[in-house]
Amino acid sequence: MIAATAAVAFVALSSAAVALFPRSILVFLLFQGSLLYAYVARIPGWLRATLLGAAVLVLMPVIGTYNGYYLEVATQVGIFVALALGLNIVVGLAGLLDLGYVAFFAVGAYSWAIFGSPHANVLFGGTGFPLPSWWFYPFLLIGLTVAAGTGVVLGLPVLRLRGDYLAIVTLGFGEVIRVLANNLDKPINVTNGPRGITPISRPPLPLEVSYAVGFYFLALLIVVVVILVNRRLEDSHIGRAWEAIREDQLAAQAMGVPLVRAKLLAFASGASFAGVMGVVFSAKQVFINPESFTFLESIGVLAMVILGGMGSIPGAIVGATVVTVLNLQVLKGLSLWLNELKNAGVTIFGYNLANLPTQLEPAKYERMIFGLILVLMMIFRPQGIFPARRRQRELGEQ
Amino acid sequence: MSAMFEAVDVTKTFGGLTALQRVTFALDGGIASIIGPNGAGKTTLFNVFTGLYRPDTGAVTFRGRPLVGLRPDEITALGVCRTFQNIRLFANMTAAENILVGMHSRIRLGLRDVLTRGPRFVDAEGALWQRAGVLLERVGLRGKGNEIARNLAYGEQRRLELARALASEPALLLLDEPTAGMTQAEAGTLMALLRRLVGELGLAIILIEHNMRVVMEVSDRVTVLDHGEKIAEGPPREVQADPRVIEAYLGRRAATGRAVP
Repeated sequence: MIAATAAVAFVALSSAAVALFPRSILVFLLFQGSLLYAYVARIPGWLRATLLGAAVLVLMPVIGTYNGYYLEVATQVGIFVALALGLNIVVGLAGLLDLGYVAFFAVGAYSWAIFGSPHANVLFGGTGFPLPSWWFYPFLLIGLTVAAGTGVVLGLPVLRLRGDYLAIVTLGFGEVIRVLANNLDKPINVTNGPRGITPISRPPLPLEVSYAVGFYFLALLIVVVVILVNRRLEDSHIGRAWEAIREDQLAAQAMGVPLVRAKLLAFASGASFAGVMGVVFSAKQVFINPESFTFLESIGVLAMVILGGMGSIPGAIVGATVVTVLNLQVLKGLSLWLNELKNAGVTIFGYNLANLPTQLEPAKYERMIFGLILVLMMIFRPQGIFPARRRQRELGEQ
Repeated sequence: MSAMFEAVDVTKTFGGLTALQRVTFALDGGIASIIGPNGAGKTTLFNVFTGLYRPDTGAVTFRGRPLVGLRPDEITALGVCRTFQNIRLFANMTAAENILVGMHSRIRLGLRDVLTRGPRFVDAEGALWQRAGVLLERVGLRGKGNEIARNLAYGEQRRLELARALASEPALLLLDEPTAGMTQAEAGTLMALLRRLVGELGLAIILIEHNMRVVMEVSDRVTVLDHGEKIAEGPPREVQADPRVIEAYLGRRAATGRAVP
């Protein structure tokens, strides 16, 4: 009862506070914290669902009217949650270490970018492109299919590989896709090389909502579908086969798990989530180029999965949220704040920050602090924030 | 009429080492044991039978179907399943989940059933978990279904591995040293269970075993391997008295009846 009241009050007060102080990052973090509290607090299931549902469906868009940037953050969180959930299938469940995951994101993004922009005219001639903007919606499925196909293409040659070897090959694969995107502007201009593709059509939205709100809800909808699919896969013979492969590939095969099919399915379903979100990403950004799909992005998504807890759906969601918020808000805010101190010439321990050499500029701390957080997490909580829990079930015992 | 399970002239070499030399083996039912000193090729033979190794020459058939060239999971689907010498459970999954993985080749659900989660899926999944409970009870692990496999005691892990193999509904079960690390009493209980399985389910079992008391009590037939070759085969009493077997285990002088120093 106390927990229930506390959760409701926490969510309500923190969202009100965001409306009052729309510029304060700390207050927005408080709001995010309240959602986390509502998720873990010992409250009835219906109340938890209502609170979280109200927060993402109503409160978040309303907050967006006070500070549009927060809605952008939430949309990016949604995109990365879907990516983390996709990678979680491959790495967390099936135990196949994939260091080139962002390649599938790129495949999805480029599939819409090419046909949803005038660039396709360069490729095919004529003036028929961009496709009418409603084509965006069928392209969600097309992006999914193309990415899943790419997943199978990657999967086939690496089926025999495991562990370190697999990691190296997937790393190479990710780089190949990026380098292709970078260089396929000649002899045939497919990707327009490093200059990237723009302008990419945005989808028509119902009810005349703004693009910010529209993309937020689109990302949210896809995340919900991805979570549902993820849970159903995990809680079936397919998910159990993946975990068996992770635990002991040889024993799994001896128990009747067809390795080839199971691994390809893992690669394909993981890739398909990234493909869908790639289509959304390209439309949201209007402009994409190979810079968005670097090795560091793959590592970032992997960090989300590991930080959250391998093989755990809530873990992947929280991991993606934490990392994205850290990168977009906390670390940025921190370096801005340090910069302000420096510009104001504040003195700490008798040292004037204005004299700080440029090598020690606060902006350079961002990555370092992120790395430090990862290292500390791995030392003190290697199993992740929400480690995977085994399902407990009633068995047919007399 | 050929036997249910038949291996003819199986040879397997690793580089210069001949692990199996023209081994012939047939089984129609009951319990057959394979014994032999360490390194005799017993586990290699199992690996050939279950598709983990491809023999250099020779044929293996089960119910008239050739097994050589099939993948391990295909062989399991045909009804030949095994356990491992060094217990290979899915350590971080629960006991029940281990058994459910064993049922994989018997599950007739597709991706669409999983994603739509219709009544067909729910019924089938429910039945699987029910059966997992029955299997756990059968091997004496009642109430342990939700335990993580890694946390089970050693003997329990051995029995869970047996239950996992049984989950694939095999007609032929290959057990690689199932009583290793068990007390004589535990081994006795396990053998009684195997006898019951043969009686009730009509299962055929091939056993690799070092515990001679177990072998002599439970086997209908014993095959002896030494240096990759079959040196003796027959009812337990006969094999026990075979001079070549005694030689393989104890040395030449023991076999010729002279006192062992």
